[in-house]
Amino acid sequence: MATVSQGSLAVAMFEEPAAFKPWHVKLRETARKQPIGVAGALIVALMILMAIFADVVTPYDPLLNSYEYMLAPPDGNFIFGTDMLGRDVYSRIVYGARTALFVGFASAAVGGFLGLVLGVSSAYFGGLFDLIFQRVMDVFMAFPLVIMALAVVSILGTGTENVILAIIVPFVPRCARVVRSSALQIREIPYIDAAKACGFGHARIILRHMAPNVMAPFLIMVTAFVGQAILTEASLSYLGLGVQEPTPAWGLMLQGGAEEFAESAPWVAVFPGLAITLAVFGFNLFGDALRDVLDPRLRSSQ
Amino acid sequence: MSAMKTSFTRLALAAGLGAAVAAGGVVAASAEEPKRGGVLRIVVAGKIPSYDGHRESTFAMIHPIRPFYSLLIRVNPDNPQSADFVCDLCEGDVPKPTNEGKTYTFKLRQGVEFHDGTPLTADDVVATYNKIVFPPEGILSNRESRFSMVETISAPDDHTVQFDLKYASPGFIPIVATPFNFIYAKNDLEREDPEGKDPHYGLKWHQSNINGTGAFSFVEHQPGSHVLGKRHEKYHHEGKPYLDGYKAISAPKMSVRIQSIRGGRADIEFRGFPPKARDDLVKALGEDITVQESAWNCTFGYGANQHKELFKDKRVRQALTLALDRWGASKYLSKIAIVKTVGGLALPGHPVATDEETLKTYYGYWPDIEKSREKARELLKEAGAEGASFKIWNRAVDQPYKAVGTWMIDQWRQIGLNVEQIVVPTGPWYAGLRDPSAEGADVNIWPSCQSVVNPVVDAGAWISKSRAPDNRGHYEDPVLDGWYDEMQQESDPAKQLELYRKFEKRVLHEEAHFGQILWWHKINPHRSFVKGWKIAPSHYLNQSLDQVWLDLPDEEREQRTMDELGG
Repeated sequence: MATVSQGSLAVAMFEEPAAFKPWHVKLRETARKQPIGVAGALIVALMILMAIFADVVTPYDPLLNSYEYMLAPPDGNFIFGTDMLGRDVYSRIVYGARTALFVGFASAAVGGFLGLVLGVSSAYFGGLFDLIFQRVMDVFMAFPLVIMALAVVSILGTGTENVILAIIVPFVPRCARVVRSSALQIREIPYIDAAKACGFGHARIILRHMAPNVMAPFLIMVTAFVGQAILTEASLSYLGLGVQEPTPAWGLMLQGGAEEFAESAPWVAVFPGLAITLAVFGFNLFGDALRDVLDPRLRSSQ
Repeated sequence: MSAMKTSFTRLALAAGLGAAVAAGGVVAASAEEPKRGGVLRIVVAGKIPSYDGHRESTFAMIHPIRPFYSLLIRVNPDNPQSADFVCDLCEGDVPKPTNEGKTYTFKLRQGVEFHDGTPLTADDVVATYNKIVFPPEGILSNRESRFSMVETISAPDDHTVQFDLKYASPGFIPIVATPFNFIYAKNDLEREDPEGKDPHYGLKWHQSNINGTGAFSFVEHQPGSHVLGKRHEKYHHEGKPYLDGYKAISAPKMSVRIQSIRGGRADIEFRGFPPKARDDLVKALGEDITVQESAWNCTFGYGANQHKELFKDKRVRQALTLALDRWGASKYLSKIAIVKTVGGLALPGHPVATDEETLKTYYGYWPDIEKSREKARELLKEAGAEGASFKIWNRAVDQPYKAVGTWMIDQWRQIGLNVEQIVVPTGPWYAGLRDPSAEGADVNIWPSCQSVVNPVVDAGAWISKSRAPDNRGHYEDPVLDGWYDEMQQESDPAKQLELYRKFEKRVLHEEAHFGQILWWHKINPHRSFVKGWKIAPSHYLNQSLDQVWLDLPDEEREQRTMDELGG
């Protein structure tokens, strides 16, 4: 049984409890420690709010064609101008956030989860399974992300669901590889042997005892994946292989008419381009800050 | 050059069929003295599916390949807006029919040579037309059905070709002038498979090989990059071609094609640009750019797939057409897309074309769009199809496919329909159009581009699927088939017109088999030094390039020849 000396108990008794800090103070402190991360989080939060409240914050139906306002420049009525079919660019950008976030989160979550399970399993089982599985992952990772996504869309066809699938496929090996390297360390810790000795099944050990311990790198990776997924979706849509008209999507807005009218109506291309840049920037900043907070090595060095 | 008007074409192409317009300058006057030499740089969208004109139907093949070949007769290159047909490989005037309109006899030029040195004889023409009109099983001939009036093709002597028809047909000569009817050498068509496997080896030889009698001979084709041709010194039209050669540069994206002309990498694009691109080019290049515009013998419409339950009810099909604001689209959509003119089945301006007042009585052409949409909602309600959902099967080409497809969705949303667009590349798009049960091919985009303006024959696009494989509504309508056959054999223009009106009203209004939206409008901005090319009402016509010359200083023309052909 552990003993506590009287002196140390007294110190503990008279130590002041941590002072309660209101949320704005905490926010200010966090902003001071992680200014870039907070900026990223704000961008991400703004995007999420835009996506949720798109109906409220947009003045026009994003699908509505208006003959009389075709290629209208930005003004009081249309703050980002209109496109070649007279659709409000601002409304389409706001609704486009829904498409971007849906594709981004869905593909990052599913791809990340599959990568987590496969990566931890690979580390847990080791041996021949690990060897073969990692070589398969090597094959997948040999293809750049966009090329792999293009190949998948070429086979499956266009549309939101297929775009998500196309992004998931290249994400899985990337996530599995990172997670596996962390899981290899976890596997050597005695509590895993203890779990085996207790007769727990493989699935239980992998999901309940190993996976939670690789959450830090996993979360960092998933956050970065969201930004990459948004960019990949925009790239596919730009190439005509992603979501299709008239769905509001940023990459799609850069395609077709935007190319033709980029010179005479630059707002058609500039604002969707900015939206993509900001979104990817926001998620990358947020992911970097998350890494700084969750990675113990970086934490101790600060 | 002599010309003739056929009995049919007395009906065809009167004034106003789309006069060429010069926006950046006046189109070259014919009085100018052509200059010899230089290489023309063309920019072409699309991939060449094969070199065989008989098999293909795309501008992506015609623009780079047509200059290698000749035709028996062609549309007058000096006046391609007209219905004048002139001899190309034949001699003298285009023949008048004999034997009560059932026999056409063509006299061939003498001394014509293929690029490989083989002399042209009547046997080559007969072998070519036998392939086009009577292809054996397994050989695709795209215009086979248009030659249904032909009974036999023969060569009474080495320089005479005779076509005997089953019945007198005013549409025969325009079909012969179709620019896809490349004349091939009989020797090539009878080539044997070196491996002895394919009995039709010779008939397929031209899919991947070129040997014609055209103004230019083949130099090279770098897929994805360019096709290069050089002057055929023994070309049969004296003194032509003026150019030393041409280079057809492949550029699938429209923005790249526009910029290539603007930046001087290419001189001309023969398909057509949207009005905004024209305006930008004129603004940027001023007098260095010349614009030719014309009506375009291409319809843009859709066919509701009648194999799908929703579209078996004609009230639903009528509602679809009623929802489309064609008059508004003509005014506004034409600013951003290569479509412009409201019309029926025949090219507006053609004598067969329905006048505006009559059109305005058809579903979908009412001037009051709100009243029209109200009627559409009523019909949908009666049919139990309110709020129905379906997909448009569209082609991954911006102009005019995606632009108009997206507009259609907005129009149909306004009568409460939920429409999604499936955009696929050309290959899968065609495959989906041909398969009535294809997933997603509920409403099929249905453009119909023809070369020679020949609306009575071209109405064959809208007869039953069993007879017109390209019917994208997948319907059978024996009434239409009967009227179509009567029209083809009717020699009285007034009776033919009456049949045409009935046919058109049934297609567009009564059965709403086809939703005609707008006719295309052709805009060809090109560098002003390109002379001798005149815009036709089709992007397939007048592409032999033998009339084209470059109004550039001698040293620039020579430099181009050096650069592209090595001197």
